[in-house]
Amino acid sequence: MTNRAEMTRRDILKSGAAVATLTLAPGVTLMTFGGSEANAAKADAGKRWGLLIDANKCDANCSDCVTACKTENGWGNDGGEHSSPETESAWIRKVTLRDKNTGRQVSAPVMCQHCESPPCVDVCPTGASMQRVDGIVLVDKHICIGCRYCMMACPFKARSFVHSDVPEQSVNAPRGKGVVESCTLCVHRVDKGRIPACVEACEASGNSAILFGDLKDPDSPISKALKQYPSIALRADLELNPGVRYQNL
Amino acid sequence: MERTIYRTIKATPAAWGVAVLLAAFIAAAGLSVLTIEHHGHIITGMNNQIVWGLPHVFAIFLIVAASGVLNVASISSVFGKKAYKPMARFSALLAITVLLGGLAILVLDLGRPDRLIVAMTKYNFTSIFAWNMILYNGFFAIAGIYLAVQMTQGLSHRVHKAAGVAAFAWRLILTTGTGSIFGWLVARPAYDAAIMAPLFIAMSFALGLALFILVTLLLFRLDGRIFGDKLMKRLGSLLGVFAAAVLYFTAVQHLTALYAEEHAGVERFILRDGGIYTTLFWLVQVVLGGLVPMALVFLRPSRGSTILASFLVILGGLAQIYVIVIGGQAYPLQIFPGYEVLEGFNEGVINSYAPTIYELALGLGGVALALLAAGLGAKILRVLPTNLSDANYPD
Repeated sequence: MTNRAEMTRRDILKSGAAVATLTLAPGVTLMTFGGSEANAAKADAGKRWGLLIDANKCDANCSDCVTACKTENGWGNDGGEHSSPETESAWIRKVTLRDKNTGRQVSAPVMCQHCESPPCVDVCPTGASMQRVDGIVLVDKHICIGCRYCMMACPFKARSFVHSDVPEQSVNAPRGKGVVESCTLCVHRVDKGRIPACVEACEASGNSAILFGDLKDPDSPISKALKQYPSIALRADLELNPGVRYQNL
Repeated sequence: MERTIYRTIKATPAAWGVAVLLAAFIAAAGLSVLTIEHHGHIITGMNNQIVWGLPHVFAIFLIVAASGVLNVASISSVFGKKAYKPMARFSALLAITVLLGGLAILVLDLGRPDRLIVAMTKYNFTSIFAWNMILYNGFFAIAGIYLAVQMTQGLSHRVHKAAGVAAFAWRLILTTGTGSIFGWLVARPAYDAAIMAPLFIAMSFALGLALFILVTLLLFRLDGRIFGDKLMKRLGSLLGVFAAAVLYFTAVQHLTALYAEEHAGVERFILRDGGIYTTLFWLVQVVLGGLVPMALVFLRPSRGSTILASFLVILGGLAQIYVIVIGGQAYPLQIFPGYEVLEGFNEGVINSYAPTIYELALGLGGVALALLAAGLGAKILRVLPTNLSDANYPD
């Protein structure tokens, strides 16, 4: 997300009205310039970013993707004395499952599924919950009022509400007490042509269980893999068409 | 029938006492909000699994009750029952203040209440929440106009009726919106049901009438005015019908869900294995809040029965909303059907919730705000009749 600090001097000088607003109401200016418009400008409507997670390759004892996400986006260390796992943010989490009938065990990371029809976007009263044209679902932290309706609506428990001050922030992802946040698919990296931190960490661990790519490009490795092998969407019954898919789950 | 005379209430020592008590609750809520604002929601019992807590129970209770409070006026101007006419003005006023109390809780529990202006200026029209903000503001306007129409001398019957019909229609739409906050949540097995809207409407009828009876009675007592026994009994039997309607919709809600195997898990949780939620459902909501009030008003109709039934209906309503809001979140999301979760982040387990004093103070503060504003309104405006004695209306 772009914030005011990242704006160039020219951006401000371009508009006299903006300067006036900046002087009169800095809070309002912050909301006007930050967030959705700046992000939307970078998104490419010709792409739809997605992940393919192979549960067979995911090691139950490895949580490198979670650690990498925490480091990259600066979450997981809030709350101080009152902190508990129930109130801590979780942009990505590892789950280990056992098939009730067969006893087969699998492990996989779960994060925002970047749905094509995201319930969180539908229910958000202010439009803070939003979807870029390239399919990435984000929270515009400048207009989120902290009502948590998106958390009620998300079928994947992918969203977190920031319950306390956030002392150690990452420049990659500004966070704030009292607003909702979730996996951004490392939008700050994707917009620079890089892959998300979890994917990079999974590759570095040697497991390579997460594949990132453009679902709209038929020649991308992720599209080829999806075409060749069976995969599922979590809560496929809801027909939300998530951008995150799972194999061998 | 005598012409009804409306008078403002007197500032008796007893009235002052009640006002000071209510102001103390409001102050406690204010302190609680400031503390939560300072530390964040981490000091409350709410967390990332139970995202809506006790404040929302109180807020929804008041919002649902508000539209029901207005029914008393509707019964007079839309359905032409003359006995309800003297109560119509206060019905409109109380509806406004009760909604105000509920919304105050909702706003003050936001993560960023300072951004209320954002909620007022940026609307996402696919959100029932955004629609509700329009419905709430519209309710204030329409109930306000309705009150003004009733208090203006010389307006024709048709104007009264038109204002009454508009207010009645709006309140039905408003409660549909409130119920749909839950009814339209596809992700959670406890919600995702169209019956939430009519269920909430039935609840609003019962809760609104019960609240109206108790508040009016309190103000009458503080001001030494007469509230006739026959009228009390009549209101009591209406309350009994509304309580029955709530039980009916509750039964349909759970029987329908039980029939579908996909919802059997959450139904077993609420109806049988849910501990506090099961107790609240059967003992407080169904028995104390439904069957007992019905037995009281139908088998032993009396002034005392109506008063006790009103208290019990409110208690049952609070329990019902607690079970819906908290119980519905306590039951885990079914993200991996067919799998047992060995390790995860509060995955597939019943989520626990223990409200703190901060949440309770905020919720009670909203109730106190609604009551104090109603009392102040009755002090300033001529909304309460000088008496509601049985001699005033024919059998």
